[in-house]
Amino acid sequence: MASNNSIKKTLTVALALCIVCSVVVSTAAVVLRPAQVLNQELDRKSNILQVAQLYQPGINVNEQFAQQITSRVVNLDTGEYAEDLDAETYNQFDAAKDPATSRTLSGDDPAGLGRLENYATVYLVGDPENPEQIILPIRGQGLWGLMRGFLALEGDGNTIVGLSYYDHSETPGLGGEVDNPRWKSQWQGKKVYADDPMDPMIQLVKGGADSEYEADALSGATLTSRGVTNMLQFWLSEMGFADYLARFHDNSQGGA
Amino acid sequence: MASDTPKSVVLSPVFKNNPIALQVLGICSALAVTNSLSVSLVMGLAVIAVTSFSNLFVSLIRHHIPSSIRIIVQMTIIASLVIVVDQLLKAYAYEMSKQLSVFVGLIITNCIVMGRAEGYAMQNGPVMSFLDGVGNGLGYAVILLFVGFVRELLGSGSLFGFTILPAVQNGGWYVPNGLMLLPPSAFFVIGLLIWILRSFSPDQVEKTEYRIVANSKTKIKETA
Repeated sequence: MASNNSIKKTLTVALALCIVCSVVVSTAAVVLRPAQVLNQELDRKSNILQVAQLYQPGINVNEQFAQQITSRVVNLDTGEYAEDLDAETYNQFDAAKDPATSRTLSGDDPAGLGRLENYATVYLVGDPENPEQIILPIRGQGLWGLMRGFLALEGDGNTIVGLSYYDHSETPGLGGEVDNPRWKSQWQGKKVYADDPMDPMIQLVKGGADSEYEADALSGATLTSRGVTNMLQFWLSEMGFADYLARFHDNSQGGA
Repeated sequence: MASDTPKSVVLSPVFKNNPIALQVLGICSALAVTNSLSVSLVMGLAVIAVTSFSNLFVSLIRHHIPSSIRIIVQMTIIASLVIVVDQLLKAYAYEMSKQLSVFVGLIITNCIVMGRAEGYAMQNGPVMSFLDGVGNGLGYAVILLFVGFVRELLGSGSLFGFTILPAVQNGGWYVPNGLMLLPPSAFFVIGLLIWILRSFSPDQVEKTEYRIVANSKTKIKETA
């Protein structure tokens, strides 16, 4: 046993162990990587289909997605499509971290993002020139952390189809009720803008929503509700998608 | 130790010598991941896998581990296993791994895993160590499932996601107990469970370390 404690033996064991463990860990990471990426893609796509209410259990998510949905990259500043960026490969979240493709939000940052990317990916249902639905990625601080989700609007860029979060850490049963289908169902038919296409009116209110610009807040989750309001206000304002959405307001029937 | 049989090694940590109920180890993760049964189940399975295999590997190389670095050797083995389990969950049970998020990684810090590697696997053969890991993992999982059962039933009115008590926000009659969804409730549930267990088997009660003597200062007060 004494030989176990010699410096040589100690170093040998440590080195051998490190090599074996690192090989095991990296093999697992490399071998399982494709399956994990596939899962993430599938998850993202089925979330988009869900918010557009095109999802039924048992459908082939990839097929449905390819058939119905076109991804485009939008310049958040001008509201124009960015033709030089490929929507398949552009990653909005990576871009938000890179100083070259994002900017710091200081002061006017209601959603608590810190940095805002210059380009965002939007998803269009149906004909990309005259879409049935426009699906926007939104995110912002809730109570415990960043909430990420999608907002689906009708082709007029004003009427809401649905709002759903695919990643959040809100308290189960309280703020976590953003996942409750009953709460989510109230969004359908709500309007974002009244007269000014740069000024979103939509918000969560306590004690019962009584106009088409209001939705019921979550009971027992004031801070989560405030976070949801803030991020909707932010992403639908001039900082977010308002410039882009303005183009749809007059080309469909129910626009503002 | 000589009287260990494979059966006793697996079963005794589940009931008689439970790592959570008797040794009060691994409480932190028991608080965090027990708000629904399915999450508790996956967490339990993950811990069983990690404890059993870390015990196995530690036991296999126990004659070659220099005592000066034995803790870090055990830690490295445990950490590697946890990463592998995390990667597997991400690849094959993506929904689950999203819910468990950081807590899979935190199995590394679970005292049960380390405790068994140091306390059992360093002295015993690979097969028995493996079984001991399975047993202790099972003991952990059983408590997790019990706590998960109570918390999900009272907190959300459902079990494994199936509605048992229809909650008011879905048009039912049951008003969910919001506290049950928050981590502190697991303290109460585990505390009650330990109380019940020790009432049934009083030999699990620890000896009192000191007795509270009558307050002697009051006497001075009386005389003053």
